[in-house]
Amino acid sequence: MAILQCENLGFAYDGATVLEGVNFSLNAGDYLCVVGENGSGKSTLIKGLLGLKAPEKGTIRFGDGLKSTEIGYLPQQTQIQRDFPASVREVVLSGCLNSLGRRLHYNAEDRARADRNMERMGIEELRDRSYQELSGGQQQRVLLARALCATKKLLLLDEPVTGLDPIATGELYNLIKLVNLCDDITVIMVSHDIHAAVRYATHILHLGHEQLFFGPSAAYRESSLARRFLGGGRI
Amino acid sequence: MNEIVRMLSYHFMQRALLVGVLVSLCAALLGVSLVLKRYSMIGDGLSHVGFGALAVASALHLAPLAVAVPVVILAAVLLLRLSESKKIKGDAAIALISSSALAIGVISVSVTTGMNTEVSSYMFGSILSLSRTDTVLSAILSVCVLALFLAFYPRLFAVTFDESFAKATGTRTELYNMLLAVLTAVTVVLGMRMMGALLISSLIIFPALSAMRVCKSFRAVAVTAAAVSVSCFLVGAVVSYFLETPTGASIVAANLLAFAGFSLAGWKR
Repeated sequence: MAILQCENLGFAYDGATVLEGVNFSLNAGDYLCVVGENGSGKSTLIKGLLGLKAPEKGTIRFGDGLKSTEIGYLPQQTQIQRDFPASVREVVLSGCLNSLGRRLHYNAEDRARADRNMERMGIEELRDRSYQELSGGQQQRVLLARALCATKKLLLLDEPVTGLDPIATGELYNLIKLVNLCDDITVIMVSHDIHAAVRYATHILHLGHEQLFFGPSAAYRESSLARRFLGGGRI
Repeated sequence: MNEIVRMLSYHFMQRALLVGVLVSLCAALLGVSLVLKRYSMIGDGLSHVGFGALAVASALHLAPLAVAVPVVILAAVLLLRLSESKKIKGDAAIALISSSALAIGVISVSVTTGMNTEVSSYMFGSILSLSRTDTVLSAILSVCVLALFLAFYPRLFAVTFDESFAKATGTRTELYNMLLAVLTAVTVVLGMRMMGALLISSLIIFPALSAMRVCKSFRAVAVTAAAVSVSCFLVGAVVSYFLETPTGASIVAANLLAFAGFSLAGWKR
């Protein structure tokens, strides 16, 4: 059963269309990379999926009882966060925000979930360290643990490896793939790194103000679009 | 020692200390979020609006707090809306509103009473300016501010640390930004009587900045900022009583020393 289905989806800002004709569906456990040049509508699609921007036309349907507020979102880092005094545990725990409901404070269950996800990301020994002192790769793992606190089914990652060195990048990709395979969590990742995208993802969505390609990575690799986007390089 | 006991026996000192401690607590806790969200200047802008409102209220012989609290809350809401809109940038909006309010205040003072001690106490603060009703109202409002801050602590943390994540997981971030702005507005008006319009923003910014020099977690920053704020207030108030220096300025000076000390400690580590 599809966990996410977009039909003829289109978005517009002040009446000007920025993205249209998006048709794709994902099953539980799929790993989708969204690629495209800057301004191709990737961020808009993310906002749409998170329910922060209403579609101009078309529909987004979640299956399996998923709600748009139960997506584990990993946003791009902001300047504010880089020098923010917060312990790793505080940041990860804030991922339980959407299970607060009417409660005001986190309970033991939330704390246990945060602990579990810190373990999963291999950051439990950093729990009392300050977020601002961590390396870029460690910070992203903290934010990934937070995202996992917020979801059981779907991760949405917005350019998670930006600014990371090659080793940290590889580690993060492996962690994401591990979560995807072991916990059957669906992953949607917006990425500039097309080479990694076709290596790790099961599906590719290529945007350029409209849907240029959607399908399995293997098929994308053979397409003329991929060859053009890669500048003739071999994958 | 006897001197301190005598000081504490004065009703005006008791009132001032009670309200001062409560307001310092509020200011410090809100300050942590405001500084981290890059909203520091909002406190400053609101204090000028507060001055304008108090000046108009005194010109019209109205109860100062009853006029200033709603006006400043309104200004806070307006400032937040303006800084979120793209047409006028946030800092420019603050400058616009605060200087306009100051101008209105100064004009209404000059056409009515002229520069008297009451007006000067709005500018630079006075420990004597609190009446009994002011005290009760201030105490109630600051307890409300504290209660709301503590009740929504997890949400305020999330909105401060990462607004887009909080929004994506279904938190109404505009609501909590508004809550922060309104609580700040109330705190600014309450603190203004004692600190003065020109100095109140330091009560919000200094303790948070001092705490951030040494603390590494949000909770530690909040607790330390609260402790620094209250101690600096008490030191400043006592010093101002004995040396007859202006209250607000003495408290700011105490905060400046604390900031220097914390910076040194943070730099050494």
